[in-house]
Amino acid sequence: MSTQPNAVPESSLQAKEIAPRVVSPAQILYWSIRRELWENPSIYMAPLIAGVIFLFGFFLSMISLRHHHMHGALPLDAAHGHDVFASRYEFAGALIMGTALIVGIFYSLDALYGERRDRTIFFWKSLPVSDLMTVLSKLAIPLVVLPLLSFAITIATQFVMLLLSSVILSGSGVNIGDLWRDASFLHVSLVLLYHLLTVHGLWYAPIYGWLLLVSAWAPRAPFLFAFLPPFVIYGVEKLAFNTSYFLNLIQNRLLGPGNAMAPHAVAPDFMATLIPHHFFDTPGLWAGVAVAAVFILGAVRLRRNQGPI
Amino acid sequence: MTVIEARGLRKAFGTNIALDGIDLRVEQGRILGLIGPNGAGKTTALNAILGLTPYQGELKVLGRDPWSERNQLMTDVCFIADVAVLPRWIRVSQALEYVAGVHPRFDRAKAESFLAKTTIRPHSKVKELSKGMVVQLHLAVVLSIDAKLLVLDEPTLGLDIIYRKQFYDSLLNDYYDRNRTIVVSTHQVEELEHIFTDLMFIDRGRIVLSCSMEEIESRYLEVAVKPDQATAARTLKPMHERQILGRSILLFDLTLNPVDRQQLTSLGEVHTPSIADLFVAVIGNQPAKAQGASR
Repeated sequence: MSTQPNAVPESSLQAKEIAPRVVSPAQILYWSIRRELWENPSIYMAPLIAGVIFLFGFFLSMISLRHHHMHGALPLDAAHGHDVFASRYEFAGALIMGTALIVGIFYSLDALYGERRDRTIFFWKSLPVSDLMTVLSKLAIPLVVLPLLSFAITIATQFVMLLLSSVILSGSGVNIGDLWRDASFLHVSLVLLYHLLTVHGLWYAPIYGWLLLVSAWAPRAPFLFAFLPPFVIYGVEKLAFNTSYFLNLIQNRLLGPGNAMAPHAVAPDFMATLIPHHFFDTPGLWAGVAVAAVFILGAVRLRRNQGPI
Repeated sequence: MTVIEARGLRKAFGTNIALDGIDLRVEQGRILGLIGPNGAGKTTALNAILGLTPYQGELKVLGRDPWSERNQLMTDVCFIADVAVLPRWIRVSQALEYVAGVHPRFDRAKAESFLAKTTIRPHSKVKELSKGMVVQLHLAVVLSIDAKLLVLDEPTLGLDIIYRKQFYDSLLNDYYDRNRTIVVSTHQVEELEHIFTDLMFIDRGRIVLSCSMEEIESRYLEVAVKPDQATAARTLKPMHERQILGRSILLFDLTLNPVDRQQLTSLGEVHTPSIADLFVAVIGNQPAKAQGASR
């Protein structure tokens, strides 16, 4: 009743002896991040759509500006024009950054929960990718990929804004040269990039670390488990001691360590804000990074232990 | 070379004991069938071997501790878990691209040639494929990995007979050679008994039978006895008896009960039992107890 499995010719055994390629950790990280982008196209689509919608609004506002300007209803002098455009460039950046922030929050909450819910964790774990690498690749999305993406999209949006305004307002009497001079892309974009990488990359690290930790642990409803505990802690502290240290801590974390890093703080000597020690001396920055590291290591341990839900 | 070696492997979920101190040893080049009723501990044992669950006791897979060295182990081990787990959003081409990106032993050209024989298109997403096609895709990926150990946990569950047949044909013809080791857990014993070299029955967290297929042939005998000789045959103390078409089928374990073959031949037609019949006899002879319902 039992037969030996089909004999395989010896030659084919030897033919299969191929030396394995060497896959570096950097390569694994690269493919893991690409995998995240395949699974979550919203990471780049949402900020892109925000940019496009903003441009549409900007287009309409330029049409109306031209209309008013040409009929003398709203003469646009140089100083006023500078303010109008500066605030719009700033608003474009804020809109795209805010979109990226929301995407980052929802992405992080689902990152380690979704793979357990749909049981694909079995597939990912059947490949030689460590839990640490997986969690780091998922952390890289809100900390590195989203800030860089929103930077690129913001710059592109602002450039299109400049082109749009030049085309629409040309011949209306507005000085196009002023528009280009006021845009001062290089300066503003450097501040923006700095803001994105420091605030979104480092200052917010404990927030994303917490979200990933909850995502790795939650048996269900990660959103609830992520946002309920802070409320409870705040409530208990308020009732027991009538203090709000925890709330202040969270507020400070969310709003950033002061205006020094905000992109709109383009002071006359705005280059000074770029001097790194200014930000890196901020109290709480390194404490936050340490807390983030603890959360991340917790998430790595949990991913090793947790099976599908 | 020993591929899997376990001593006193134990795992409990709360008060529910899934693995009750099992010992096992799988040598290179074997195809082991792991067979047991639902909740017997098959999946738990396989998950421990694959580093998916912590355990008590000693376990070495390819000389490594699967729990602490899962990702290194996965270079040489691949598996298909008991549920279809390919992500639904992934495209066929992306799945191949990703595995090629992270796995040092994956041969993408081989996977593509497997897929060329199917109706699966590279641009399709997994969610657009039928259940059988998803298994074909997963198998194409797994069979293109030059691994030393392949673990399949109920790989063909829910597939129709044609897909099941194709699955095991490619497993044997396109993948298996004597350097590789395969462990399969399954309920569909009848289709698989010809491919196993070794057999392990597991029930309530314990191994109740572990032997090679050759041993089964020399150890177990089934005799189909006519009713008038049934009483005489029963005096030889068969381990199990069942009735088919008016005949009594008696199963003897010659190791425990050295009955003379000649004597059995005189009682009726003698043959080696099928694995399914052997399974029912062996598991049915276990002391009656409520079956555990754990994984």
